[in-house]
Amino acid sequence: MNWLWSNLDLVGELMLVHLALSVPAIILSFVISVPVGWLAHRYRWSRGVLLSLCGLLYAIPSLALFVALPPITGLSLRSPLNLVIALTLYGVAVLVRTAADAFDAVEPDVRQSATAVGYSVAGRFWGVELPLAGPVLVSGLRVVIVSTVSLVTVGAVIGVPSLGILFTDGFQRNIQPEIVTGIVATIALALALDWVCVLIGRLMMPWTRAGAVRRSSFSAPRREAQA
Amino acid sequence: MNLFLDGIAWILDPANWTGVGSIPERIGQHLVISAIVLVIASLIALPVGVLVGHTGRGKDLAVMVSGGLRALPTLGALTLFALWLGIGLSAPIIALVILAIPPLLAGAYSGLESVDRRTIDAARAMGMREGQVVGRVELPLSMPIVVGGIRSATLQIIATATLAAYVADFGLGRFIFAGLKTRDYAEMLGGSMLVIILALVVDGCFALTQRLVVPAGVRAARSTELRSRPSRTRAALGRPINEGNQS
Repeated sequence: MNWLWSNLDLVGELMLVHLALSVPAIILSFVISVPVGWLAHRYRWSRGVLLSLCGLLYAIPSLALFVALPPITGLSLRSPLNLVIALTLYGVAVLVRTAADAFDAVEPDVRQSATAVGYSVAGRFWGVELPLAGPVLVSGLRVVIVSTVSLVTVGAVIGVPSLGILFTDGFQRNIQPEIVTGIVATIALALALDWVCVLIGRLMMPWTRAGAVRRSSFSAPRREAQA
Repeated sequence: MNLFLDGIAWILDPANWTGVGSIPERIGQHLVISAIVLVIASLIALPVGVLVGHTGRGKDLAVMVSGGLRALPTLGALTLFALWLGIGLSAPIIALVILAIPPLLAGAYSGLESVDRRTIDAARAMGMREGQVVGRVELPLSMPIVVGGIRSATLQIIATATLAAYVADFGLGRFIFAGLKTRDYAEMLGGSMLVIILALVVDGCFALTQRLVVPAGVRAARSTELRSRPSRTRAALGRPINEGNQS
């Protein structure tokens, strides 16, 4: 505990740095995955191509990806942007599959009804498919949050500072409390972001809170009755 | 792109193919350690997962353990075990085993859980004993998902074994860390490319296995399932594809 008390400032600062690396990667991977996942869901050929690509990407070990990206992007190995790009790629690799499954799970009847009452393709996406796919997308995003926050620490071995330098520094100087602090802080950060994600999900999809959990339901999101 | 050519040149350099710490030696170490870890982790996680999936008991605990372990940063676990147990192979092996347990556990219990309850009832009604229900009905039907769990565990092990070169002298990760220290990007990139190739080849083998372990009976049903689109899915098949249903 002594180590923690004398280094509280450092830990707080590193948590902020850690957040600044993980949050952009998480948001970017979500923003990219939803349209790509929809595309994968829409056509059989795009599904095969996109999901295979994601599978290959996901198979690449993180450290190897961190090293292999700079020659492609022209960035420096120690650039935080390099880390954010790599983490975004991993997030996309996980989320595209989830998004494709989420859109698949929207009942065809609901989709046809929406078309029948006059939704355009875009209107149907925003008004029907996305809200219905929402809960599954959120569950996928929670997986990405936990894995991204954990993966950021790997950047420490190539010289990108984050909570991970508590591991490398603690290992080199043989300070166990430092490593334990790093582990606890990383998990705490992941849990906090996870909680924020669940909260935002509830605020944006109030119908998931009311009533029973729907797995393959016909119930469209509840709306205020409007004339 | 020039850097990639340097990396390939490094891989092809005959000097790196002989002697202590040569490419074949590092690949061998990487594969052997990964295999040892996979066997130990499977012996621990698979029976527990099968038991949880079969009885349905302790599922919350299994979900919590596998979810909680997933949040554990791999580098933190590796360095902490290395400080506890000293430099050597036992620290990374223990850390790798712990990190490989969540996907194995999740694959085993969600695989058995996915088997249609009516199929299990039918097996019991035919007079199968508990062990036969598990061994001859539930396990074969859930095999694709169980192998899927083994597949992601293996990828996790190969990736983390690369990182483990930070705390122990083994595996392909040594090239990355050696190159980092001497600022030799060709060596780092060459090592990374070898790791990526290794991971993709192993993943490909598992993808193939995953297809091969689908029981013949389930495979026979698959073609009709795509055409007739039943409202319920059968065990271990995933849901029928909805594409083409929209207009």
